[in-house]
Amino acid sequence: MGKWTRRGFITAGVIGGGALVVGVALRPGNRNDKLRPYVEGPDEVLVNTWLKIDSANRVTVIVPHSEMGQGAQTVLAQMLADELDAKWEDVSFIEAPAQDEYANYAIGYGYLFGGMQVPNVLVGTLTGLTLQAGKAMNLQITGGSMSIRTTGEYGMRVAGAAAREMLLEAASEAWNVPVEQLRTDQGQIFKSDGSIAAPYSDFAAAAGEKTPPYTPKLKDVSQYRLMGKNIPRRDLPAKVDGSAMFGIDVSVPGMKVATIKAAPVFGSSVDSFDASSALTLIGVEQVVSLDDAVAVVADSYWNAKKGLDAVDIRWTQHENSGLNQSAIFEQFESAIDQALGSDDVEPEVDVGNVKAALARASGVIDVTYRAPYLAHACMEPMNATASVVGDTCEIWVGSQNPLGAKHAVAEALGIPPENVIIHNYLMGGGFGRRSFYDTIVQAAKISKQAGSPVKLVWSREEDMQHDFYRPAFSSRFQAQVDSRGQPVAWRNLFVNKGEPHEAPHIPYAIPNVWIGSVDKQMPIPTGPWRSVDHSQHAFFTESMIDELAHAGGRDPLQFRRDLLQDKPRHLAIIDRLEEMSNWQQALPEGRGRGIAIHECFGAIVGQVAEVSVQEGKLRVHRVACVADPGFAMSPDGYLAQMESGILYGMSAALSGSIDIEGGAVKQSNFHDYLSVRMDASPVIAVEIFNSGAPTGGAGEPGTPPIAPAVTNAIYAAVGLRVRELPISKQGFDVA
Amino acid sequence: MQVTINGQQHMVDVAPDTPLLWFIRDTLGLTGTKYGCGMAQCGACTVHLNGAPIRSCVTPVAAAEGAQVTTIEGLAQEGQLHPVQQAWLDLQVPQCGYCQSGQILSAVALLETNPNPSDEDINVAMSGNICRCGMYTRIRAAIKQAAGVQVFDPAVEVANG
Repeated sequence: MGKWTRRGFITAGVIGGGALVVGVALRPGNRNDKLRPYVEGPDEVLVNTWLKIDSANRVTVIVPHSEMGQGAQTVLAQMLADELDAKWEDVSFIEAPAQDEYANYAIGYGYLFGGMQVPNVLVGTLTGLTLQAGKAMNLQITGGSMSIRTTGEYGMRVAGAAAREMLLEAASEAWNVPVEQLRTDQGQIFKSDGSIAAPYSDFAAAAGEKTPPYTPKLKDVSQYRLMGKNIPRRDLPAKVDGSAMFGIDVSVPGMKVATIKAAPVFGSSVDSFDASSALTLIGVEQVVSLDDAVAVVADSYWNAKKGLDAVDIRWTQHENSGLNQSAIFEQFESAIDQALGSDDVEPEVDVGNVKAALARASGVIDVTYRAPYLAHACMEPMNATASVVGDTCEIWVGSQNPLGAKHAVAEALGIPPENVIIHNYLMGGGFGRRSFYDTIVQAAKISKQAGSPVKLVWSREEDMQHDFYRPAFSSRFQAQVDSRGQPVAWRNLFVNKGEPHEAPHIPYAIPNVWIGSVDKQMPIPTGPWRSVDHSQHAFFTESMIDELAHAGGRDPLQFRRDLLQDKPRHLAIIDRLEEMSNWQQALPEGRGRGIAIHECFGAIVGQVAEVSVQEGKLRVHRVACVADPGFAMSPDGYLAQMESGILYGMSAALSGSIDIEGGAVKQSNFHDYLSVRMDASPVIAVEIFNSGAPTGGAGEPGTPPIAPAVTNAIYAAVGLRVRELPISKQGFDVA
Repeated sequence: MQVTINGQQHMVDVAPDTPLLWFIRDTLGLTGTKYGCGMAQCGACTVHLNGAPIRSCVTPVAAAEGAQVTTIEGLAQEGQLHPVQQAWLDLQVPQCGYCQSGQILSAVALLETNPNPSDEDINVAMSGNICRCGMYTRIRAAIKQAAGVQVFDPAVEVANG
């Protein structure tokens, strides 16, 4: 994180255009006053932007991240409550309203001032605004495994600690006792000798008038009471009794239900349509045309769907209709060929002299890897409810970026952003898909045309065929090991450098390394998919390093260990994986183990998969996983994220593929876009190392290693090197 | 036509070929039953029809005439969670939670016919329910906890090892 210190963060929070983020008290005249209606009830005082304390000493934490399953809201509240020394039972949390004041400055600051670039995954979610230092940003996004490691570490903890210090200062004044003689515990302030005690709420109003400390003292690990503990998630009771409200469950008075069909060929639009038979059907009220889609508004989803099926739509011809998946990969690879010959690619990494080393070498391994487009396939199909009345719009949706959605809707309807109210709901999966606003904008446009509130629900088919897909990539390697089995040169040229830029980097000590990319964009909508570009590149690089190990006749685990001698965190993971997976124990024929290790979003994760291949049937039996996130704020939550990341990545590795045919997506539902099910789910063992490194991510780092761990295990089992995903394309039965 | 859902009789005033799912969600407003695929591929819409787990997204409401339908909202009795629901909480099973109504109803139906399920029994009963968050390890453990079966069953080694 470089220069990104807590002090710097708070300073920036105050200096950066007067932006109030953390530990900044609400005072009369303060710009944050317009937040009062959202978070302040009677007899409550807003101590700072991320927490409030009411007259009954109840603490409400305002969490600027949405809940898509990762449990982050509970953990963020846990972090704040620990620094505040609050009583957990008195702590509740609400999601921040989509107001500019809740723009996620913690994330923005990390990118703008932490020596990092603003990643495209975030830029793509901003509409009509440029990210600039010191300017307000429409960033209230949940993604990039950011919740805990940025908002939590640099927002929640600081806010809790700052509030505690302000309360102490207020108590010190009221009691005329030096702060040094006071202590806090369970939401109370005590005089050290025990002679006086009072709840925080007694001092909340006075504390709100204090200037927040620039450098509140944070707890040392030994002082944690809630951080690092397994605390039951607050969102789960409603998820086992059916009462949890997802976006798709919303109902508002006078609401109609709509469903939609967009042009199958990307870039095509509505030429004409005949709605006459649809309009005769029961419940169908209106057929609405958006430029590239037709929607039917009805009294229920089923009637809307039947109506849509009855609309005869003609789409415009578009040049993309000639585009097929095989041609996409051919174009990628011909661009790579040309770039290799041209010598004018600006490398991303250039160490030693790869060209000279490869020129001298014999037996260069020159291979191309491929990764397909992938859909997110969230269990909850895309949906949004909108009510447009005059120049105002109310939206009910589960969004990873409600603030961005607010601005996108305002722009689409040509109304001021302050006239758009977003109510954010639980998400039935996000994985990056719900950082886009396409469905939300559609719902707003349909509501405007229909003149009533409309819940727009996409069919699964629409969801599958109009995603923002994980980009397909080709990646070419030219690499060589010497006669002692030591790697000498690593040249990697791939298409379409994306985010994070370090995704193709390797941790291994190889003397000559060159990594570069060539741009070859396709007219297929793409976007962040759990771990963004790490899932493709980890498959490429961790497969290739395995190829080099075998080329040199080396054990792949020992080979990696030898090349990671200056990487103690990696080494510790590899050592433990060797034990957990019984790596040294021989396996029967047709069975094999594969290892992969990859660092992303601040966490390092290694996995060993054990597979068998019998009569063409591939089975993943077990996965050992060791993760070093620095410190796991919620150990059980972290385990769950690893289990989840492994299965999400394994579904993709085994059979996940979105194929383009005639400029459209071939797959349409779960029958041809498969997921791992209970019967194919491996036994998963996870261990967490709290190495003390800066806190890393949870939601994404578990995903990248699994594909190469499985394909490396296939090589160990049957000697077949899988260079193109999904594995099912190699003829394996993976069901 | 009338159907009984969670012990309560309802008049059916939608077309008889309307899938039970949409009658439950859009007409009755019981939103715990989820739409996932519309073609009996994912199990998110699972409800009980006379105790048996069915995919309500492909079951016409007419097929439920005279039958007892149980949805996730009807599982708890007098405010007391069903043991399967409780096990789901104890083991912190859900992530996003969207598929869990269906998972829980499939698990309850399994345990009602087979109080001592093996891993293979669990595979067979639960493989119609997709969890994109991949919580199968916890689902398996929670089923065993609710069944009172030893969680660390060596059968795991047989079935999956």
